[in-house]
Amino acid sequence: MTAQHAVVVDTVDKVFGTGERRVVALDKVSLTVAAGEFVSLIGPSGCGKSTLLRLLADLDEPSAGTITVFGKPAKQARIDQDYGIAFQQSGLLPWRTIAANVELPLEVHGVGKRERRERARELLELVGLADFLDKHPDQLSGGMQQRVAIARALAERPKLLLMDEPFGALDEMTREYLQGELVRICAETGAAVVFVTHSIPEAAFLSDRVVVMSPRPGRIRAVLETGFSSADRGAGMREDPSFFAAVTRVREALGAAHHEPEALGAAHDEPTPHAEPVA
Amino acid sequence: MSREAVGRILAPAVLGIVVLAAWQLLTAAGAVDDYLLPSPAAILEQMIEFAPTLVGSALITGGNALLGLVAGTVVGILLALAASASRLVDHLAAPVVAGLAVVPIVALAPVLNTMYGADSQLGRQAIAALAVFVPVFVNSLRGLRQSRPVHRDLMRVYAARPAQEMRYVTLPAARPFVFTGIRIASSLAVISALVAEYFGGPRGGLGGLISTSAASSAYARAWAYVVSAIVLGLAFYLVTSAMERLATPASTRPGRAGGTT
Repeated sequence: MTAQHAVVVDTVDKVFGTGERRVVALDKVSLTVAAGEFVSLIGPSGCGKSTLLRLLADLDEPSAGTITVFGKPAKQARIDQDYGIAFQQSGLLPWRTIAANVELPLEVHGVGKRERRERARELLELVGLADFLDKHPDQLSGGMQQRVAIARALAERPKLLLMDEPFGALDEMTREYLQGELVRICAETGAAVVFVTHSIPEAAFLSDRVVVMSPRPGRIRAVLETGFSSADRGAGMREDPSFFAAVTRVREALGAAHHEPEALGAAHDEPTPHAEPVA
Repeated sequence: MSREAVGRILAPAVLGIVVLAAWQLLTAAGAVDDYLLPSPAAILEQMIEFAPTLVGSALITGGNALLGLVAGTVVGILLALAASASRLVDHLAAPVVAGLAVVPIVALAPVLNTMYGADSQLGRQAIAALAVFVPVFVNSLRGLRQSRPVHRDLMRVYAARPAQEMRYVTLPAARPFVFTGIRIASSLAVISALVAEYFGGPRGGLGGLISTSAASSAYARAWAYVVSAIVLGLAFYLVTSAMERLATPASTRPGRAGGTT
C-alpha cells in the first residue's frame, strides 16, 4: 500500500437503504490498480461496478473497508485533484463554450485566465477538437462531446482517470474510434485508468486487466490479464485471434458470473446514489 | 428579408390595416353609433390633441409598474433562493405564495389606496409588486432546481465551494427560468398598476384618465388612453422578452435539438 499504487480497495462493503429495501451493492471487494495500469470493471447491471467507481471518486462513502488513492484516503485525493473523471453523460455545461467547459476545473481552482486558455487549447488538440474552441456543446456530436469531457478530465494532469461507461451512449463505429483515441491518450499521459463498461470487446481491447463482477451482492468474480501492450492495440488487433481469445475469456468469466436470468435484474437495478434532489 | 420574416411581419401588419380600414368604413358610414365605437380617425385625433397628457399619464402608470416589477422581482428571487436553500423556508413559503396568487387586485386596491393616503402612488406600486412576485418566485424556484446530478457530481469532484457551485452550475441553469418569470410578470405589472388606479388614490395615470374620460362621455379620448395602455404593456413585454432571449442559451431554447447527452 504505497504511493506506487494508483488505487487500493481493501475489503469494501457498500450498502444502500435499510430493512426490506436494503441492497448490498458491494460485498468485501478488494482491488489494487498499479500506476499507469488500465483496469476495466465489467459485469451485469446491479453488480456494483458504477458504485465502486463512485467510491473511488469519493462521490459516495463505503459502508466498511478503506479506499486509498495514491496512498491517501479517497477524500483527500479528490480534494487534491489526483484523478480526472468522465461519465456516461458528457456533463458539459450547455451555456459555456467548449474551451470554457474544458477550463472549468481550472477556473474553479483559481488558475489564471491566460494559462487556462492555453491548457484548454492543448487538451483540445490532444483530443482532436482544436477547431471547436468557441463552439457550444449542442453544436457537437455525441462522440465529440465525450472527447471534450475526456479533455476536461485531463485538465489537472491527473495520474488516474475514472471513467463510467464514457462510450456507452455512442454508436459502435464512434465507440471503436474513441477507444483507439483513448489508448493513444493514455500512452501520452501515462495515467492509470479505471474504466466501467458493459461491452466485452471494449474491456478486452482497452484493458491490461479485466475485473469481472457479479451482482446481488456485488462481488469480484474473476480478474483476467489480457496480456496486450499499448503497442498491440492498433486497428489490426481487433481482427487478431489473440483478441478473440481475450474476448472469449471475458465472456466465459461473465457467463459464470451471470447465472441468474437478467429479467430479475429490473427490481434490483443498480441503486443511483445521487437520487436526492438539492434541497 | 427572408420569406419567413416577410410572412411573420407583413401578415399581421396587413391584417391590422384591413381591420382598421373596415372599422373606419363602418363608423364613417354610420353603421355603428359614435358612442358605441368611435372611429380610428377620431381616436387618432384625440391621441394627437392630448399627446402630452397621454405621454405623462403613461409615464406615471409605467413608472408604478416598473417600480413594482423591480421590487417584486428582487423579493421573488431572494425568497426563491432562500426556499431552494432551506426546506423549512420552502414549506413556509408555499402556502403564503398560494394565498398571494389568488389575492384579487380589485379587493386589495381600495385598502392599500386608503392606507397610504390619497396622494401616494405607493399602494399601486405595492399591488404591482405583489402581482409580479408570484410568477417570479415560482419560476425562479423551479429554475434553481434544474441543475443536473452529473453537474453537481462534477462540482463535488472539483471540490468546489458552495458559492462556486452556485455560480458555475445552479445560477446559470436557473437564469432562463427567472427571466421567463419576469417576462410573464411584466404584463401583470402594467395591468395591476393600471387597474389599481380605478380604486382611489391620485389621478393622472392611464387608468384614472380612462375612467374620467368615459365618465364625461369623451369616448374617443378614453379609447386613446386605452391605446396608450396597450402600447405601454407591449413595451414592457417586448423588453422583458428580449431579456429572456438573451438569458437563454441557444441549446436550451425550445424548438432546437440540444442538451449534452
